[in-house]
Amino acid sequence: MQIAHFTERPVRYIDEAPVLQNRAFFGVSNSYVDREKSADDYNFYLDEACYVEEVGFDAIAMNEHHGNPFCSGNVVNIEAAILARITSKAKIVIIGNMLPGVKHPLRVAEELATIDTISRGRLVSGWVRGAGSEQFFNNANPAYNREMFNEAHQFILDCWTKDGPWRYEGKHFHYRHVNPWVKPYQEMPQQWIPGVLSAETVMWCAEKQYPYLGLGTALGPTCDLWDMYADKSAELGYQAGPENFGYLLPIFCADTDEKAQELGKGFIFGGGQNAFSRPEHTLPPGYNSKSAIRMLGQQPGGSWLGVSKDKLMAGADDSWDASAYDALKGKLIAGYEKGQDNMQIVVGSPETCAQKIKDILAVIRPGVFTCFAVQGNVSDKDRLRSVELLGKEVLPDIRKFADEIGLFGPFDRTPGSVRLAPGTKRAPVVDREALAKLNLP
Amino acid sequence: MATWKEETQNLAGSDLVMIRGGSGKPLLVLHDELGYTGWMSWNEELAKDRELIIPLQPGYGKSPRQDWMWRHRDLANYYLNVIRELGLEKPDVLAFSAGGYTAAEMAAANPELLGSITLVGPMGIKPDEGEIFDIFACTIKTCLRETVFNYEAKEFSEIYGGEMSAEQFELFEDARAESARIGWEPYMFNPSLPDLLRSAKNAKLPTLLIRGSEDAIVPQDCIRKYHDALPQADIVTIKGTGHRPEIEDSAEFVAAVKHFLA
Repeated sequence: MQIAHFTERPVRYIDEAPVLQNRAFFGVSNSYVDREKSADDYNFYLDEACYVEEVGFDAIAMNEHHGNPFCSGNVVNIEAAILARITSKAKIVIIGNMLPGVKHPLRVAEELATIDTISRGRLVSGWVRGAGSEQFFNNANPAYNREMFNEAHQFILDCWTKDGPWRYEGKHFHYRHVNPWVKPYQEMPQQWIPGVLSAETVMWCAEKQYPYLGLGTALGPTCDLWDMYADKSAELGYQAGPENFGYLLPIFCADTDEKAQELGKGFIFGGGQNAFSRPEHTLPPGYNSKSAIRMLGQQPGGSWLGVSKDKLMAGADDSWDASAYDALKGKLIAGYEKGQDNMQIVVGSPETCAQKIKDILAVIRPGVFTCFAVQGNVSDKDRLRSVELLGKEVLPDIRKFADEIGLFGPFDRTPGSVRLAPGTKRAPVVDREALAKLNLP
Repeated sequence: MATWKEETQNLAGSDLVMIRGGSGKPLLVLHDELGYTGWMSWNEELAKDRELIIPLQPGYGKSPRQDWMWRHRDLANYYLNVIRELGLEKPDVLAFSAGGYTAAEMAAANPELLGSITLVGPMGIKPDEGEIFDIFACTIKTCLRETVFNYEAKEFSEIYGGEMSAEQFELFEDARAESARIGWEPYMFNPSLPDLLRSAKNAKLPTLLIRGSEDAIVPQDCIRKYHDALPQADIVTIKGTGHRPEIEDSAEFVAAVKHFLA
């Protein structure tokens, strides 16, 4: 198993009220940027990543987002390039470069190859379509999002493997002289694909034999999706295994359960992941497939449905007062507790965390496990203590457990390497009995 | 009640679904960026002495999407070929919002093929003052709220009242997706269009510009810039209406269009 540490590098100096009042992180004015505190945060997160490596994590995972204080990583390749130089062992996992938003795949190919070269082959390159809000921020046409993603992805692989110079005239991208004078240090970096239950992405990963990383998704639907991946793999002639799956889980560890519970509330700061962006920015036109839109339209009472005059006018009132704030906070706390009940958030002492993580690993059997560090205004000291406790106390325990139940990571066994003869029944990839025993609500 | 029918013809290389109703000189109607809303009272009135031909824009759920259409200019040239293949003799064109943008591109490309253009709250030209409302950065709910000023209009509740069906939601999303595909960037304007319209200006193509006085989608300055490009244009402002004067005050709207087309 490969165990990674991931953080959104949250902007920690901002108050919660502007985020709650905006009803999302995306769109909060950058007038709140504090240059000095921003410099502190950026430098701290690099130091934290070095400490992650020091205490024994296999990988440092990071991402980027745009136009919001949920994640201060705006250009992840820059931070990854610094880590390539100041770390020495850990894989540098970028989950991922948002290809349609960047709009310049040749540049991305060069940047990633540079990171891999400086780090002497420690890059894991993830690809993402970018959140809906990213399409607005980058002015990337959402109706062409998947087309641009597919074209840019293939183009980058060609940049890494075809000797130049060559000319490229595609649909969305055009280059008259492709000849980057940097190639990845590895013959081909591994590619891990994060996602939140998009069936299309899962099928694409299965076709490419790329590990799919579920981003804190509920365990039941995660099992369903991984079965889908494994069925597709079997069709394609290989047995999917732990090396094809990764899972990212919000985890905060402290010396006591009580302290962890208090600080772990950072996961719901500003509304947490659910408040990443408002509906109008989450689902720009054309961004979702026709089948996904059909499913959305059939959800009864969905917030997108109903445009009667009363409903139209109801949304026009954006008034905000103390009672609205208190009511919202109450809902968020309830969500925090529910998230723990569902095992989509794990907070506690090392013992508590280790047991819950093992319970989860037993169900979904991933070969990559990623600890998503706490959000919100948690101090340097408390964040580093969580990293330390995880690295020194929790990781050895879950590594031993992973070995016992055969959780091979993608660096232990190459994804797609276990061939399956045509007509052979595939082996299970998840343990639904273990899921049932958890008695999740 | 005029009879209208929905028909599909293979035109200009693809199937095109059209609504046709009424009789008389052809009036080509281009719907807006949210799609065809159904046969309304203004259709009925105009159909008394005109044949209304309303193509359902490719990609909006009924007529198949054409992968080669990247811009409103492409759609405009497709419609010009539709006019040629239907054998229409200098049809008048009545077009709404983004449909107005398409009609303006048609006029720029080949004014001689058209009898006149009536552009209602037309997008297509970047205003110097104000901005064209971003319909992509809002939910359908917000979009409809911004579109209409006169909520008391009878036909507003007929179109948008009650619960939206899953089918309606899907049609809206088809429309929004196709609108984004051809109009995302630059957002709903073509920087070349004012210059390209020189052809329609020189041809003295009869033009009517209609705008609701309270239009929150297309700023007044868009009308001014259209008028700068097409100085022969008449301008009608319909008071107390927003971006949908045809349903918010259909009597005034029909009167203005009939007067112009007479």
